Amino acid sequence: MDNLLSIVTFIPALAALILAVFLRGDDEAAQRNAKWVAMFATAVTFLVSIAIYTGFDPSNPGFQMVEEGEWLLGLKYKMGVDGISVLFVMLTTFIMPLSIMASWQIKSRVKEYMIAFLLLETLMLGVFMALDLVLFYLFFEGGLIPMFLIIGIWGGKNRIYASFKFFLFTFLGSVLMLVAMVAMYADAGTTDIELLLSHEFASQSFSVLGIQVVGGMQTLLFLAFFASFAVKMPMWPVHTWLPDAHVQAPTAGSVVLAAIMLKMGGYGFLRFSLPMFPVGSDVMASLVLWMSAIAIVYTSLVALVQDDMKKLIAYSSVAHMGFVTMGIFAANQQGIDGAIFQMLSHGFVSAALFLCVGVVYDRMHTREIDAYGGLVNRMPAYALVFMFFTMGNVGLPGTSGFVGEFLTMMGAFQVNTWVTAVAATGVILSASYALWLYRRVMFGDLIKESLKTIKDMSAREKWIFAPLVAMTLLLGVYPALVTDIIGQSTTALVAKFDTALAAAEAVNQHASN
Amino acid sequence: METIILFAPLVAAILAGFGWKIMGETAAMWLTTGALFLSCILSWIVFLSFDGVTHQIEIMKYIESGSLSSSWSIRLDRLTAIMLVVVTTVSAFVHLYSFGYMANDPAFKEGESYKPRFFAYLSFFTFTMLMLVTADNLVQMFFGWEGVGLASYLLIGFYYRKPSASAAAMKAFVVNRVGDFGFILGMLALFFTVDSIAFDDVFAYAPTLAETKLSFLWQEWTASEVIALLLFVGAMGKSAQLILHTWLPDAMEGPTPVSALIHAATMVTAGVFLVCRMSPVMEFAPHATTFITVLGATTAFFAATVGLVQTDIKRVIAYSTCSQLGYMFVAAGVGMYSAAMFHLLTHAFFKALLFLGAGSVIHAMHHEQDMMNYGGLRKKIPFTYWSMMIGTLAITGVGIPLTQIGFAGFLSKDAIIESAYAGGTSYGFWLLVIAAAFTSFYSWRLIFLTFFGEARGDKHTHEHAHESPLVMLIPLGVLSVGAVFAGMLWYGNFFGHADQVGKFFGIPVAAAEAHEEATTETADHGETATHGEAAGTEMAAAGVHHYRFTGDPGQGALYMGPENTILDDAHAAPNWVKVSPFIAMVLGLLVAIWFYIVNPSLPGRLAENQRPLYLFLKNKWYFDEIYDALLIKPIVALGRLLWKRGDGSIIDGLINGVALGVIPFFTRLAGRAQSGFIFTYAFWMVLGIAALVTWMTIGGGAH
Repeated sequence: MDNLLSIVTFIPALAALILAVFLRGDDEAAQRNAKWVAMFATAVTFLVSIAIYTGFDPSNPGFQMVEEGEWLLGLKYKMGVDGISVLFVMLTTFIMPLSIMASWQIKSRVKEYMIAFLLLETLMLGVFMALDLVLFYLFFEGGLIPMFLIIGIWGGKNRIYASFKFFLFTFLGSVLMLVAMVAMYADAGTTDIELLLSHEFASQSFSVLGIQVVGGMQTLLFLAFFASFAVKMPMWPVHTWLPDAHVQAPTAGSVVLAAIMLKMGGYGFLRFSLPMFPVGSDVMASLVLWMSAIAIVYTSLVALVQDDMKKLIAYSSVAHMGFVTMGIFAANQQGIDGAIFQMLSHGFVSAALFLCVGVVYDRMHTREIDAYGGLVNRMPAYALVFMFFTMGNVGLPGTSGFVGEFLTMMGAFQVNTWVTAVAATGVILSASYALWLYRRVMFGDLIKESLKTIKDMSAREKWIFAPLVAMTLLLGVYPALVTDIIGQSTTALVAKFDTALAAAEAVNQHASN
Repeated sequence: METIILFAPLVAAILAGFGWKIMGETAAMWLTTGALFLSCILSWIVFLSFDGVTHQIEIMKYIESGSLSSSWSIRLDRLTAIMLVVVTTVSAFVHLYSFGYMANDPAFKEGESYKPRFFAYLSFFTFTMLMLVTADNLVQMFFGWEGVGLASYLLIGFYYRKPSASAAAMKAFVVNRVGDFGFILGMLALFFTVDSIAFDDVFAYAPTLAETKLSFLWQEWTASEVIALLLFVGAMGKSAQLILHTWLPDAMEGPTPVSALIHAATMVTAGVFLVCRMSPVMEFAPHATTFITVLGATTAFFAATVGLVQTDIKRVIAYSTCSQLGYMFVAAGVGMYSAAMFHLLTHAFFKALLFLGAGSVIHAMHHEQDMMNYGGLRKKIPFTYWSMMIGTLAITGVGIPLTQIGFAGFLSKDAIIESAYAGGTSYGFWLLVIAAAFTSFYSWRLIFLTFFGEARGDKHTHEHAHESPLVMLIPLGVLSVGAVFAGMLWYGNFFGHADQVGKFFGIPVAAAEAHEEATTETADHGETATHGEAAGTEMAAAGVHHYRFTGDPGQGALYMGPENTILDDAHAAPNWVKVSPFIAMVLGLLVAIWFYIVNPSLPGRLAENQRPLYLFLKNKWYFDEIYDALLIKPIVALGRLLWKRGDGSIIDGLINGVALGVIPFFTRLAGRAQSGFIFTYAFWMVLGIAALVTWMTIGGGAH
């Protein structure tokens, strides 16, 4: 198959089109059909995507399975994967069927809901595979629309405020990125990401209005991209849209948002910022490292005092993303391996945690922690699953959560021990908020009258969690499954980054002599 | 064989935990217990047939990234072999004991199944503990380290209906995490300097570590010192040393077999094991080890003082554990690692015995734990009485002074006290001797309050007090044998002459003639051997040295530097030093007899007269209150501040402020129709893309 990537990307979109065109009515049968079509399409996408995984050659650090073609308006269509992106593709195809399964209880506008999710999958897959700037931007921004609809239509009480905030933050960030992309095209004369990766953007310092811009154009481009990716991550202090979005989004929306969409920011840093603007990245690195460390401590502390289960997990997500940015901007093998690992691990663990909230929310229609207590008495299976992912969240060795945190800290330690020490307190804080949540929701006697008849997980719910448990454990015990695949690409990225820095250094020295 | 020892408990835990509905409760319990006895027997075979040569069994790779390479593997050396025996033996008998103890737990309702879960947790704990002791690198050790933490968390919170139990469980986990913070940073620092975290590489690099400068936080340090200290912070958490000790007494919320297995014999000794395992690094970190000695001695003293006034039988033993762990750290801190391991071994026997004995008392008294409600139980539960008596004789250190005949604790504790003296730490030495007196007092106090005097408390409970079933008494009997003979049996191996100890641990030894040569040699190399050298020459002149330890770091299970002559110095300690713990023990016993047999009203009056001191001790030096006021409350307040002010007022406020003109416009649109506002967004995006496309089509030609 020459165009495997395109096939995988567009199966969900095709299914969405079929739903839109052929499915009529909103009766029960139509709803059921919509669900099954979506389920089938996402499952097929996953199965086909396994061919990407098996066909991928880990020893080749470059882009593979590349497809290239002319597109409308003289634009180029180019797709491909390398070690950095391939596992995000797999993560996406893996999570989507589960989030469709988790949406089985949706009652209103089922068809539209499924269309939104299917389109979202196509767009997210496109982000990780696009090798053309314009194409990337279309996928990257396009993905916001379905997510926006998912929060705005199927969300909770404050959905308008949340979706608006989501819009405001991401939009402001991406406007700057768009400007930067235009500038990049002007400078390099191409939108081909593969070519842009080998293009050297000017890094001579210059001054504007008396302000010295160290790193020159690269720093400016870096900052513009940073605005977009930092919001997406989200990094402190532009993280405040996330808790609101999560709280209002339906369960599956939260799952996709946390498991996949947040990773676009980290992926962006690795695809664009680090390799294309190494000097700019280097100039800003210590700032970003500190922002990461602050994010970990700050959001962990905030998580500690939440009364809403989803908000707590959302804040813990921000803290975990802090490890990711810390690893990326440590810019060494362990740091970047760790960052990718942490993103994948967070994809499984946070998805599962949001699903855990969904399980009790579906039953009690509240996310207030105080409304629960003593659930372990009636829900032993749920207690076990929740405990497992709580441990994944606190980064217990043996779960995937540990490997990412450990490697990112290992990477950061080689660069800045202060940042690492501050970030390492996250290990204590995460245990505090996660176990405190678990204790309030699960332990104790079952006193509340409303909970006396609550039922344990259904078979469907168990089947949603089973693959997530398996992945969390598998990656925790045998992390080579990931590091073997990403290793070569990371090595190449780090080598390129170091050479570029050394070259820029040499040029500067020459200039100052 | 080692692989079976390691994985049998895991397999049993999984089968019992998930399959008990199919196989039945009793089968699940027998399965786990059987697996543990299998592991136990194999461990003894390994221990007794071990030839002293370190070897590794690799299972599969673990975390790999760039130059970092770690694997799941088993490192078998003397240290591991000792721990295998300790862990599996105590665990196997605790499993057996739990058949009786957990039979009809009143904390659970009729028809609720809790036993398979309990047994599965116990076996899971054993597996993680074995992972910890068999690790060949620090990450795998950390896996076990955190794994035992999880098992401990689950078992402390086993009575999940009790709010105090789940609070204690959480406290244990979080406080341990404070220690793990140090452990992690220690690993990172090691990797940064050595470029590996495998023990063999670390040990081989250890001498270089002492000369490596590592800039960590605000200044440059000697790498070995920082690493040793950071790893010790981890040990402080796990082994409940001062500052991080507060979780251990609360952990007594768990069922008593758990206290015996996890919070007395095995998990809490992991810190001591870590320090001994890292002996090659510790030997090059004189400041860090001084800190370990001082902290250990202080903990031994502190915990013993608190133990004097507690009335909950399990809390007395818990503080006693805390105190005994302090002893072990003193030994490790002065460089007498084998004495630390010796006490670890004997302590496992007698402390598990004491806990299981206490469990038997609690079982007999219908889960009453306050000693003030005991009394006169000697006749009612004679077997329990005699086994606790043996445990007490062992912990207080009864034996014949100046010989090697005595209960287990007599030999191992005295070994530590002599080492402390030889190590030149008079602070440590005297605190340990005083703590020995206190140990004797609170241990005998426990015996007298429980088994002697008049029956106090609920009459009905006393009338129905009954001896425990055989499954509970067998473990008591077996551990009693250990508590009596373990010291005498292995004294030579752990604390005999250097050649004996060296042979046991696989450390090369050389005849003492070479000693003086070696010291001058090291002096030539400009190493800091001032104290050891001076003492060494002095002792050598006195003709005490027979052998000395040689070899490179990592060659044996323990490493003692060429200037570490504590073993010989301890043997050469004056007689008053060797007799002092015995005198302290007798003093403690006499005071206990006076207080609780001769004049039972005295303790109450003393508590009245010395009210502030009594309350100070009773409230454990107010550590919990201080932490609550200085740490927990401010942290929660800070969290609230950051949330409401930081996120709410400042960040959102700023962004809302910037967008103040825009928001009303959009919300109006949004209020009218959702699609309108979404449309606007999409419109802007399309506009942006259109702009890009236009730019490219026009500008593209220019290039």
